Amino acid sequence: MIELVYFAWVRERIGVDGEVLPLPPEVATVAALLDWLSARSPGHAAALADRGAIRVAVGQEFATLNAPVSDGVEVAIFPPVTGG
Amino acid sequence: MIAVRVQPEVFDAVAEIAALTAGRRDVGAVVSFTGIVRADDGLTALTLEHYPAMTGRVIAKVAAQAEARWPVTGGIVVHRVGRLLPGDAIVLVAVASPHRTAAFQAAEFLIDWLKTKAPFWKHEEVGGKTRWVAAKESDDGAAARWS
Repeated sequence: MIELVYFAWVRERIGVDGEVLPLPPEVATVAALLDWLSARSPGHAAALADRGAIRVAVGQEFATLNAPVSDGVEVAIFPPVTGG
Repeated sequence: MIAVRVQPEVFDAVAEIAALTAGRRDVGAVVSFTGIVRADDGLTALTLEHYPAMTGRVIAKVAAQAEARWPVTGGIVVHRVGRLLPGDAIVLVAVASPHRTAAFQAAEFLIDWLKTKAPFWKHEEVGGKTRWVAAKESDDGAAARWS
């Protein structure tokens, strides 16, 4: 299982603040995860359409598109940060 | 040691700054930055969301980098979350050091990196409508000059 958490407009477009899903074995990278999630619903597709506006953290650390993902890890998906 | 707090409550910048020099004789300078919500373009409120599992550790990592780079005797970062109004303080960064240059630079380094790395998102209320604030390229540029 993979634990997904969503923030800001990613959360709004997907419609939930997170979900726990069984991770297919072929989904091994952040990029593959985003492709797989996009196919789940129109909301997921709308949230993840603009990959340039998507940031990802794996295990609470910023991760690139080719970073590995695996069972049991928490993956957060969100827009570029705007704090301060 | 630079302390980090994320909280909905108002902070007392004067008390936070005083705590950095209390009982010490080695502090020659304290530089502080307070970020305040502006009523730009009819903004009536700003709500800050964050990623609690990640926020503290990201800011702590930036703080550790500042401590490795400058002679810092102490510091504090307080970032508020929740709904804020124009005029409300949103963030405090204060750094104490024996010398002013280090204090100025470390404080600026902290706020620049916090803005580009810490997982906060601002949601604006403007004229009865709401919108997510877009990230600014100028903030990335401000952080990049420290690399």
